Amino acid sequence: MWGTRGSIASPGATTARYGGDTSAVEVTSSSGRVLFLDAGSGIRGRGDDADGMERVDVLLTHLHMDHILGLPFFKPLLDPDVEVHIWGPISTTKTLQERLARYLSPPLFPVRVRDLPGVTFHDVPPGVFELDSIEVTADLICHPGPTLGYRLEDSGAVFAYLPDHEPALCSTDFPGPPAWTSGYDLARTADLLLHDSQYTDEEYESRVGWGHSSYRHLLGFARLTGVKTLATFHHDPSHDDDTLDGMHDWLEAHADGVGVVRGRPGVVIDL
Amino acid sequence: MQQPLEMIILRQLASYLTIPMWMMDGAGDLIFYNEPAEELLGVQFDDVGPIRAEQLVGMWQVTDLDGGLLPDADVPVIAALTRQVAGHRTVRFQGKDGEWRAVEVTAIPIEGQGKRFLGVLATFWEVES
Repeated sequence: MWGTRGSIASPGATTARYGGDTSAVEVTSSSGRVLFLDAGSGIRGRGDDADGMERVDVLLTHLHMDHILGLPFFKPLLDPDVEVHIWGPISTTKTLQERLARYLSPPLFPVRVRDLPGVTFHDVPPGVFELDSIEVTADLICHPGPTLGYRLEDSGAVFAYLPDHEPALCSTDFPGPPAWTSGYDLARTADLLLHDSQYTDEEYESRVGWGHSSYRHLLGFARLTGVKTLATFHHDPSHDDDTLDGMHDWLEAHADGVGVVRGRPGVVIDL
Repeated sequence: MQQPLEMIILRQLASYLTIPMWMMDGAGDLIFYNEPAEELLGVQFDDVGPIRAEQLVGMWQVTDLDGGLLPDADVPVIAALTRQVAGHRTVRFQGKDGEWRAVEVTAIPIEGQGKRFLGVLATFWEVES
């Protein structure tokens, strides 16, 4: 994990342990292929150490700023010797490249998408595709705007990545039936679920529809889907380390057999 | 098996509206109707649904306003399902409570990202017969 913060980068002494960088996760396949999930500010640090990379795949869940702002600062993107493939959601009328161009163009950014060397954009509709030894399943999940979750399967290991997700939206009895639960098929019996855990219960009450989950929702979703281990993600920028310690203590105390990983930069999990 | 997100959101929306709404998946299975629709259809969804497409045939008798049988092609939900076109018509049908009602029916095919045909959404509006 290179960045686990949600919404906006939040550096500082009070967020040092859980990190201030936004969403970026690196995955190495059983065959050695490297891919990244989202390109928040956390991806910049990994890019500084990208010597020797020949190909990089970046899978974007959606195009909210905290998930793409690190993209133009990711060194492989500017290196003509590195083959870069960017995968992500389309809208109903625009391609991924057209949508990204709204950010990667003046006045928001001086470099245009079309000026990036060696970059290939891949529109990702819901479905399955393969990246080397990884079978990737993409599906739309509940979050404002077109948003994908990913299920990565490689050599029997399953990793589900749903960093911005509000499966409890408008539900009066969450978690409800699997057939009517956003993200269920992606996360079902995964070895590791990396999932939105932005709010406390109290915070969620005033932020329904913002596209995120409380800790209680995360735990309910993890139990419903039968995952082995959950990892917290997309920490609210207003939560300092002490606050997050308390939220994680509650989660661990109530996990009841589900493994809990505290999502923060530097965490490495071998599946 | 999970429903597509578009249908999950539609169901959530329908459950909050006072307009009778009916949802079928791409195979023609009835997957949901809301409480206002229950009043028109004369039976609670939880008591009968979900209902497979083949079991739906004849479950509610539908006629034109004069009581004549309607060809399938003229039933909006069937047109939306089979030809994936929007349809609108005034029909009479008999609810499970035995009551005959006249309703305006509007049905639209639901197409998601990547032009995936996901099903049909229909709304009913009771009118004076």
